[in-house]
Amino acid sequence: MEIVLAIGIGVLAGSGVWLLLRPRTFQVIIGLSLLSYAINLFIVAMGRLKIDAAPILGSHAAADITGLPDPLPQALVLTAIVISFATTALFLVVLIASRGLTGTDHVDGREP
Amino acid sequence: MNNLMIAPVVLPLFAGAIMLALGGEQRRNISAALNIITSFALVAISIILLRAADVAPTGVAGVYRLGDWPAPFAIVLVVDRLATLMLLLTSLLAAAAAVFSLARWHRAGVLFHPLFQFMLMGINGAFLTGDLFNLFVFIEVLLAASYGLALHGSGSARVKAGLHYIAVNLVASLLFLIGVSLIYGVTGTLNMADLATRIPAIGAQDRALLEAGAGILGIAFLVKAGMWPLCFWLPGTYAAAPPPVAAIFAVLTKVGAYIIIRLSLLLFGDGTGASAQFGDQLLLMGGMATVAFGAIGSLASQDMARLASFSVLVSSGTILATIGLGQVGVTGAALFYLISSTLGLGAFFLLIELVERDREPGADVLAVTRELYGDEDDSENSQETGIAIPATIGILGVAFISCALVISGMPPLSGFVAKFAILTTALGSPANELPLAIWIFLFLLIVSGLAALIAMTRAGIRSFWASPDRTIPRVRLIEMAPVAVLLLLCAIQTVEAGPIMRFMQATAQSLHAPHHYVRGVLDSPAKPSDSRGPT
Repeated sequence: MEIVLAIGIGVLAGSGVWLLLRPRTFQVIIGLSLLSYAINLFIVAMGRLKIDAAPILGSHAAADITGLPDPLPQALVLTAIVISFATTALFLVVLIASRGLTGTDHVDGREP
Repeated sequence: MNNLMIAPVVLPLFAGAIMLALGGEQRRNISAALNIITSFALVAISIILLRAADVAPTGVAGVYRLGDWPAPFAIVLVVDRLATLMLLLTSLLAAAAAVFSLARWHRAGVLFHPLFQFMLMGINGAFLTGDLFNLFVFIEVLLAASYGLALHGSGSARVKAGLHYIAVNLVASLLFLIGVSLIYGVTGTLNMADLATRIPAIGAQDRALLEAGAGILGIAFLVKAGMWPLCFWLPGTYAAAPPPVAAIFAVLTKVGAYIIIRLSLLLFGDGTGASAQFGDQLLLMGGMATVAFGAIGSLASQDMARLASFSVLVSSGTILATIGLGQVGVTGAALFYLISSTLGLGAFFLLIELVERDREPGADVLAVTRELYGDEDDSENSQETGIAIPATIGILGVAFISCALVISGMPPLSGFVAKFAILTTALGSPANELPLAIWIFLFLLIVSGLAALIAMTRAGIRSFWASPDRTIPRVRLIEMAPVAVLLLLCAIQTVEAGPIMRFMQATAQSLHAPHHYVRGVLDSPAKPSDSRGPT
């Protein structure tokens, strides 16, 4: 389980960084999205992995706090998803504006 | 008093929300009035909080617990000397920029006033918050609003610079998340005071992970503070942003510097076990590289907005390097410098627009070309438009000289006092382990002042001693008054240097001995009647 998650995070982050360094705006935004997925998974992993456990509350675990997953990484992931969704949407708007103003999708606004 | 602690966050939030609800172009006057009222109310609130923090024996005026949960488990806002100092600085600049924008800039696009208030909310929240989770949220709020403001007025230069600015900051935010989650994975808490108590007890096997997390977190803030080599986005963005926005952006780099000051001294100050002084060397070296880069850049810049942007880099580089020195006295002097340079740069960004108004675009580039290749086009005949007020050029010139004095650190204004304080405290400290680095830093500090003076003089000669047939800019009182007030504040900082420096040194001492902060947050007594009562 750990190795699958680690490989998943690594592949997403590696692809994200590669795309982020490309000169086309579409690649940049896809790279940012992939990178943010990788980081969301990473935050969840930092709250410790647990297999075959209830997501929030098991039927038997109400009194036993050790049976509960850590809520803080989940809250952090949720916040990060919402914020990165909003900022990515805003970035997309700026990309479209840039495309409209300069007529090219190169990040510097002109073809090299 | 108790509920006043959350007012710097809640007041701009409500003001911005009301402006959004009002919406529309036709109600812009109401929004503008609301913006001005809120900005000035924030100045008053910050002064009250600052006085409260100053008279409090521990330097912590209060800890505001949202929902009244005890500290490590929920959100706390901590009002101490450093936070109130930064609040006051932000609100002063914000009030000046808001007044300045009324002349014409707030009409350049939609939603200027709500975005302005949301950015203030984010900045104030970042200064007040006591845990890393909310720091992330507030930083994102201020960034999201700043994206909108950087693009205010549109135009292809702004969109291009804004594109780079947004991309860099999105990546920095992702680094922030990695750092925060690594620190959480090791320590199991995100409350800053709780972290400070837990870090000395971290085992040797987890320490590398903790330091990696702190390092990545630090990179995220160093991008925002503009440390070389993470600063290449900054000059373009600041030069392209509309002037009132650029003036308030002068505080944004200081948000990064503030968090570096706060976290490095709280989590990795003296007496935190094996990780003490983590990253100080990097801050010192990086800060010095930033000062050098900024000085060279300001000499090379061909228009005033870029010159001001590179001066921002010099300012934040100086602050980062002084934090890296890690001495109490130097930190106090650095805080004095932070206030002085931010006010000076804010005034300069506002002034640039007034000086350059009505000049044809690219005039500065042409002027530099003429310096090199001689004046050949003396046959141009432009006629005077505009009402020539004879005093305008004089007033602008005096303001420009004052800005130059503050930024380069020449007497008699506060820049000189600030740099002098840094120099004397750094030299007067007892023997330390890196005398060479300190000497290099002092050399860079003086040379960067000289570079700023040369660059500003060149820019001043080009725009004030220009050919007599240039049009005299038409300047309104509400545009000139904010610049004058900001420069007056620098003058006050010089006259009242004694008491202000005492406050800064008290702040530095409480930063370097954070046990009052930690105790104040973790032991804050549960007093429902106080926290829920009327102010």
